[in-house]
Amino acid sequence: MKNIRNFSIIAHIDHGKSTLADRLIQFTGVCNERNFQDQMLDNMDIERERGITIKSNAISLPYRAKDGNEYILKLIDTPGHVDFSYEVSRSLASCEGVLLLIDAAQGVQAQTLANLYLAMEHNLEIIPVINKIDLPSADIDRVLEEIDSELGLDPDTHIKCSAKEGIGIEEILEAIIERIPPPKGDASNPLAALIFDAKYDSFRGTIIHCRVFEGSVKAGDIIKFMYNGTTYKVEEVGHFLLIRTKREELSAGDVGYIIAGVKTVADVRTGDTITLQNRPCSQPLPGFKEVKPVVFASIYPIASDDYQDLADSLEKYKLNDASFIYEKDSSAALGQGFRCGFLGLLHLDIVQERLEREFDLSIILSVPSVRYRFTLKDNTVIYVDNPAHYPDPAEIAKGEEPFIRAAMMLPERYLGTVMKLCMEKRGVNSNMTYTGPGRVELSYEMPLAEVIFDFYDRFKSVTQGYGSFDYDIIDYRESNLVLMDILVNSEKVDALSQIVHRDRARARALLACDRLKDEIPRQMFKIAIQGAIGGEIIARSTISAFRKDVTAKCYGGDITRKRKLLEKQKAGKKRMKMIGSVSIPQSAFLAVLKSDND
Amino acid sequence: MAGLYIHVPFCLSKCRYCSFYSITSAQLLPEFVKAIVQEIAFYKDIFSSFDTLYFGGGTPSLLTIRQAQTILETARNHFDISRKAEITMEVNSGDVSLEYFQALRKLGINRLNIGIQSFDNPLLKFLGRRHTAKQAVESIETARTAGFANLGFDLIYGIHGQNLKSWRQTLKKALSFSPEHLSCYQLSLDRKTPLYRQYKKEGLDLSSEKEALDFFITTSNILTEAGYIHYEVSNFARTHHFESRHNRKYWDHKPYLGLGPAAHSFSNNRRWWNKADVKTYLKDIGNGRKPVITSEMLSTEQIALEALFLGMRTADGVKLESFKKLYGFDLLTEKKSIIEALIDNKLVVLKNDRLCPTLAGMAVADSLALI
Repeated sequence: MKNIRNFSIIAHIDHGKSTLADRLIQFTGVCNERNFQDQMLDNMDIERERGITIKSNAISLPYRAKDGNEYILKLIDTPGHVDFSYEVSRSLASCEGVLLLIDAAQGVQAQTLANLYLAMEHNLEIIPVINKIDLPSADIDRVLEEIDSELGLDPDTHIKCSAKEGIGIEEILEAIIERIPPPKGDASNPLAALIFDAKYDSFRGTIIHCRVFEGSVKAGDIIKFMYNGTTYKVEEVGHFLLIRTKREELSAGDVGYIIAGVKTVADVRTGDTITLQNRPCSQPLPGFKEVKPVVFASIYPIASDDYQDLADSLEKYKLNDASFIYEKDSSAALGQGFRCGFLGLLHLDIVQERLEREFDLSIILSVPSVRYRFTLKDNTVIYVDNPAHYPDPAEIAKGEEPFIRAAMMLPERYLGTVMKLCMEKRGVNSNMTYTGPGRVELSYEMPLAEVIFDFYDRFKSVTQGYGSFDYDIIDYRESNLVLMDILVNSEKVDALSQIVHRDRARARALLACDRLKDEIPRQMFKIAIQGAIGGEIIARSTISAFRKDVTAKCYGGDITRKRKLLEKQKAGKKRMKMIGSVSIPQSAFLAVLKSDND
Repeated sequence: MAGLYIHVPFCLSKCRYCSFYSITSAQLLPEFVKAIVQEIAFYKDIFSSFDTLYFGGGTPSLLTIRQAQTILETARNHFDISRKAEITMEVNSGDVSLEYFQALRKLGINRLNIGIQSFDNPLLKFLGRRHTAKQAVESIETARTAGFANLGFDLIYGIHGQNLKSWRQTLKKALSFSPEHLSCYQLSLDRKTPLYRQYKKEGLDLSSEKEALDFFITTSNILTEAGYIHYEVSNFARTHHFESRHNRKYWDHKPYLGLGPAAHSFSNNRRWWNKADVKTYLKDIGNGRKPVITSEMLSTEQIALEALFLGMRTADGVKLESFKKLYGFDLLTEKKSIIEALIDNKLVVLKNDRLCPTLAGMAVADSLALI
């Protein structure tokens, strides 16, 4: 056990986490040049393309240190986005130390701080690593100053590296061994293992990723999930090298996997404790919480014939994403579909993209919503996350919406525009701290609904990418809510209905009308687009009729060419949804959700 | 019954907007005629009778009387060409004579389609036509003198530099000859043409949607008032009798056989066409091979789409009962809400179990086919 080090890399997005992981993997020789590819631990195409890590991952790196001893360094890769902060916390709980990676040009950012706080909560050894020192814009002195003043860490403990150029990799490996303590625990105690992730394998069922804190587990043991008491017989345990590698047993200090005939990842709760049925530990490991979705939207197939395909695909997708929930839903305008819950907007984006990409589905998403709370006049309290279930306004005594505390870090020069944006988004109770020369930490309490709408894109835009943002949900607050509908040629498009604050309804409706006007192609007759609250029209736009094709001539030699052209257009139209007599493209539905600055 | 089309791919010069296949050397014309004779023979067991015959091009009036006669006689030898067949030749204003027209009449050609395009000399020059307005007038008068009682004119609108006023004058002039048939085409630019390149290079604008619609509506109004029937997007006939029987076959999915380079044929849901190259054509025929380059079997869905876009180009529209029977698709029930909206917006009407485009509907015929 003294030769094991469990560690993780934490960083603000784009500070080079995956590249550093790649270098560590290469340096320790786990994989040769031939089977190496960039972002080794990001297995999904989406992860590679977006440059973010969505799922946790783990890998064991064998390393002979300068002291002459062989060590096993276990790198637990964590997701890099605020939507997945609970997963991050469980991964960190499985480690004894972290590399806190900071971009030499960008310095400390909001998620640097948020991640540092998480690491501190778990009493982890923190090694600050300044990455990208090869960049011309690198400003190491400033970063050192920030490590001292903003992070409160000893700047002398830092390591400089360029993961891209392979500089400083050995120093990092040595520091992991010298500074991160080996795991504690006793293999003879009752088993206590923390689940930090689970993946679905079509041959083996769920692969549980865990960190063993006490005791040991081997094939044949009957394990018990402490959250719900379910038991399974262990089929196989092992370590993660580049691929899963079977071992006799996992014991205290180990990070590895357990296969135990668990059918879906939804049967496993990240953060739960695994123990043995016949010799359980006295209490679960701390920190478990049930992750609840905060953003909801409906998914519909563009072609109603594809409903069954969508149902099958969601079922398959769900196998690997325990935090995604869905149930049947139906829309007057869009037909049969599903109401889904997500951890955040990025999560929603990812689900949408994976359904389209991996399952080859064309889908339409309704406008995302948060979960509102209504107290009716008879004192019953209901939660509504679907505008279709908006209560009769005459029955509502009180409406409430979830609030968050947003933590932002930005250069001082953007302070004015960001504060203006936050106030526009109904932000209140601001707090401001100068964390260093020219840098500000700003916090606001804001309605979650404003944040999911287009806050993040606009924040990025007004801070020209220099600002960073993180949030926590705090409570429900009373709010003057209304249901805003969108009508296309007098037909209500229920997927575009939104629950909004009354003061924001008109602006939101105007924006939706404008977006739809830009995205819906002109058709043979005039199209009226309206935003309405109940029977009251609050916004409108019009798309003029399309009046003349280039009809030219059409004889024997023209027919096939013309047919092919029309077939192509027809295929394009299949990706549109007929609402009454108007064809609405998928892009129109998406455009309603996009920010002003796209 | 089927239609027979002969493509004569030779021109003295290329008009700058034209995308039909032709070459500007008539050197190979004699060999071409021999090849056509052989190609006709290839199809003697596949087609049996025709009631329309159309010499198109190119410039079919480059054929000598002797050559035209050879082709016609061969066709009559191999096929049953009905006595009342409509036999059309496209002719170019300017390079024909009274003797030539009289001889054509004797061969049994009973309809001439004269490429006039405009009665405005600067526009004729812009289009790259070799003739003047005066020569066009002479051709028409010569045709009448030769005794042709069925004349069609081709005209083009939407040319750069042409306004509605000048177009009205061209139409008025055309009407003064009481043609039996008029084809009025909106200028479209094929990428392969010199005119397309000129428009691009000089940044000339094609008609805007509104201008094109103005031209289209004005044309229809003027000709309808003059008693013509607007029976297809670009075609007008003095009476139903004078509708181009040959061209109707294209719009009605009737069988047709096209001979010569680039000619298209259709029969039993199959469409095939010859390579657009005279030399390959001659070589293939010389080797006893059909010069067909592509042959496609159309699925029911494809035929239905064609029937819809072709039908929406014609005043007769789409016959709903037979559409349902042939393609298993009941437009009225399956597309109920959109058809109702189209009717409300006066783009289509329902009459005698037909879904017919209105004038405004014809202007968006392609889009109507995509309902």
